[in-house]
Amino acid sequence: MTLIDLANPTRFLSLTAKILPWLAGATALLLALGLYQSALAPDDYQQGATVKIMFIHVPNAWLSMFVWGVMSLSALGTLVWRHPLADVSAKAAAPIGAAFTFLALVTGSLWGRPMWGTYWEWDARLTSMLILFLMYLGLIALWRAVEDPSRAARAAAVLTLVGAINIPIIKFSVDWWNTLHQPASVLRIGGSTLDKAFLIPLLVMAVAFSLLFVTLHLAAMRNEILRRRVRALQMQQASLPRR
Amino acid sequence: MTALAALVRRDIQVALRVGGGALIGVLFFLTVVVLMPFAVGPDLALLKKLGPAILWLGALLASLLTLDRLFAADHDDGSLDLLTMSRTPLELICLAKAVAHWLVAGLPLIVATPILGLLLNLDTDATVAVALTLLAGTPALTFTGMIGAALAVALRRGGLLLAVLVLPLSIPVLIFGVAAANAAVIEPAGFGAPFSILCALSLAGLVIGPLAAAASLRHGLD
Repeated sequence: MTLIDLANPTRFLSLTAKILPWLAGATALLLALGLYQSALAPDDYQQGATVKIMFIHVPNAWLSMFVWGVMSLSALGTLVWRHPLADVSAKAAAPIGAAFTFLALVTGSLWGRPMWGTYWEWDARLTSMLILFLMYLGLIALWRAVEDPSRAARAAAVLTLVGAINIPIIKFSVDWWNTLHQPASVLRIGGSTLDKAFLIPLLVMAVAFSLLFVTLHLAAMRNEILRRRVRALQMQQASLPRR
Repeated sequence: MTALAALVRRDIQVALRVGGGALIGVLFFLTVVVLMPFAVGPDLALLKKLGPAILWLGALLASLLTLDRLFAADHDDGSLDLLTMSRTPLELICLAKAVAHWLVAGLPLIVATPILGLLLNLDTDATVAVALTLLAGTPALTFTGMIGAALAVALRRGGLLLAVLVLPLSIPVLIFGVAAANAAVIEPAGFGAPFSILCALSLAGLVIGPLAAAASLRHGLD
């Protein structure tokens, strides 16, 4: 089974129909396990119970980057290999990625309120997350601006790849900008110094969220394929001569 | 090479003649800068502090708004199809068009900077610094904006969509441009690093912009 075998949408639909229930089940199980473990995790000596926001916040933030990576691979698939499902994958991933980015921003802001005393801080990481969110929204706007999916697909692919080059540059420049303006005003919580009691639930949650993404992505791709078929049928219907 | 030079010359001539609208960008730049004191108040000290940022924002918006027509006019009269079919690589054609556009729309912004600096109570050092950073940074804006202009032509959509797509990509240029201009006023030692990065961004745009614009034109026009 290679990627080319999946080029046939019908085969893709029948395969994902078999896989999806198992994936959804595994996601639900892992999410339940992760949430249970996070609930049992001890309170932080400084942050108290609010440290538990981390178990939702960090996986969301990881996935917001990961989804752009998935879209970039799909964009290459569209432009280079002309894989028929690549643009379906790219289109289905964009709203999911935007949702993960939005959740990361919201949970981060809710976490920031008790910790930093403010909902929003022009901190480098927060700012680059916000810009990433804006770029997701721009990409979705591009998808929605054009009726013909294949034409929109190639434009979105170019923009996704330009974004993939630009996101590290933006991240670097925002880091630089922030250190210039307000050095070390916010105490960052070091990820590497995490205790095992926090690390294991966090990793479980990260895997669970990744599975959640794969499940949602496959389901959204199925919907997109069906939507395109409906559109094709409607256009066929409209072009028939009236009797 | 001669073909590219001819293209640059043609684009400049078309832009300078009636209907080309080459100087609209400068007029817009002037208007945005004039609006600023009404928003923040006629406080000369405050304007002096905000001056580099205001000038950079104005230049960013001006160069973005004029880019809308970079490919659209050629697409309307069909010459873009001829350019796409010519033997010269489309990437080089995009590069030539960007250079021509920068000469008629970007360079006047830099020429106008000293006068606008006067309005914003900037001293000579600060004005020179802003003009220098604009000289190094506006090519990057042109090259990033060109990608958006090519997408807009390929999709037959322009205007706001173009701005929404391109503005986030120009954040690094804005950050380093304003940082270098401010550094030149406050502590001259801090000028080198952001200025070099600004030049690097322009050079990177020189490579990425034509490639991406040509790709979206090639895929969009068929």
